[in-house]
Amino acid sequence: MRALPVGDDALLVEVASGEEAQALHTELLRRRGEGSLSVREIVPAARTVLLDGLADPARLAAELTTAEVPPAPPRARDVVELPVRYDGPDLADVAAHWGVAPREVARIHADTEFSVAFCGFAPGFGYLTGLPPRYDVPRRATPRTAVPAGAVALAGPYTGVYPRSSPGGWQLIGTTDSVLWDHTRVPAALLSPGTRVRFVPVGSAPMGSATVGNS
Amino acid sequence: MTDRALSVVRAGALTTVQDLGRPGHAHLGVPRSGALDGPAAALVNRLVGNAPEAAVLETTLNGCALRPRSTVIVAVGGAPCHVTVDGRPVAWGAPVRVPAGALLDVGTAVSGVRAYVAVSGGIAVEPVLGSRSTDLLSGLGPPPLTDGTVLPLGRSTWLHARVDAAPQPAPPAELVLRVTPGPRDDWFTPAAVRAFTSRAYRVSAASNRIGLRTEGPALERAITRELPSEGVVLGSVQVPPDGRPVVFLADHPTTGGYPVIAVVRAADLPAAAQAVPGTPVRFVAVRRR
Repeated sequence: MRALPVGDDALLVEVASGEEAQALHTELLRRRGEGSLSVREIVPAARTVLLDGLADPARLAAELTTAEVPPAPPRARDVVELPVRYDGPDLADVAAHWGVAPREVARIHADTEFSVAFCGFAPGFGYLTGLPPRYDVPRRATPRTAVPAGAVALAGPYTGVYPRSSPGGWQLIGTTDSVLWDHTRVPAALLSPGTRVRFVPVGSAPMGSATVGNS
Repeated sequence: MTDRALSVVRAGALTTVQDLGRPGHAHLGVPRSGALDGPAAALVNRLVGNAPEAAVLETTLNGCALRPRSTVIVAVGGAPCHVTVDGRPVAWGAPVRVPAGALLDVGTAVSGVRAYVAVSGGIAVEPVLGSRSTDLLSGLGPPPLTDGTVLPLGRSTWLHARVDAAPQPAPPAELVLRVTPGPRDDWFTPAAVRAFTSRAYRVSAASNRIGLRTEGPALERAITRELPSEGVVLGSVQVPPDGRPVVFLADHPTTGGYPVIAVVRAADLPAAAQAVPGTPVRFVAVRRR
């Protein structure tokens, strides 16, 4: 673990893997929850956690480099289920990358339990991990100027769902009617770092919104 | 509708509602947003007796024109400009009474980029995640003003002490930005790190509320592999593939995949908000506090 100073009052803590980043994020949230860490923003990402708005970043940096971070505990949180139609325009390309038939892409994806590693790009856009590394796919060579809201997409090791229409270079494999972001709702974001997610295939019949179930 | 409202007669090039922004939601991908020239926004609020968190208007280069439905006190600050009420010149940087139905015109910036218009009671659009700020990256908050927009005003409380006038810094002829190195300065060649703090840059016309873009020597990477996305802070100097540094301003993305060579001191960012395209920029390395 390496703590890099960022400006005068932030730290970027770098670890070796996405799992370590999630464990560190969990530990930092725990410390903030119990009142032993005062910080404005805790922003997890692929291999890092950013702490912004620290009174004494140097002291925390020294302390963190020797700290024991327990592995993230088995998650007790509910699973968010996202109904999905696997009808994306890049389904055949993804199937070719994976070396499987297009309908197998849907099966493999729907059989995977994902977890939100971090958010970014747009409010409510989660970077979901869970697929084994052999299913990594490249971004599209030419990004689309408009990807519709609800598009379920892959890039690198991640699955994401576009919360609103925006340009994007990810490979589109499906569509959900779930509302990923609604600022009038509490919480506004359906997915936040640590949320567990399952994609539930549905036919072309009309779908309800996301359901939350115990598992 | 209540008469506590303003009609927008001329929206100008880009006029948005801004307040202190919505920090604290970066982990959900929500930018902090808020007035780019925070001290100017705070000053015009004080001039009309508003609380610091009241929402003001932020104009871009050519001002705007507004017609209040009830008599209000306004103050215009930030970029210096001519201000008129029904065609008659009134003070800039001081409280001005605008009668119901009169036309307040905030003219083109004489220097600088962004003027701030505070109205007694504040702009009272519906807050989103605790802020009324327009966020141009993610689309949160009210859309930029258009001609004919009607903006609700809050109730004027007069609880806060007004001031009559206050000095404001002139927009910079040369923008000097103090930077602390890193977190990814080691991703650049030693020559690029030297060039960054010794060569001259200029403000690019492609600058906006998301970032101050620059023109100047391209900074060469020592590490060319892809950087996994990581959290970024206000003032981060990110270097995209074209090698020209971009200083992240209030609407910056919460994570980024290009290396950050240095971070600009927060106290220097208001001047960056007022630097017109073509302004010389110098990045000066300072020690971390």
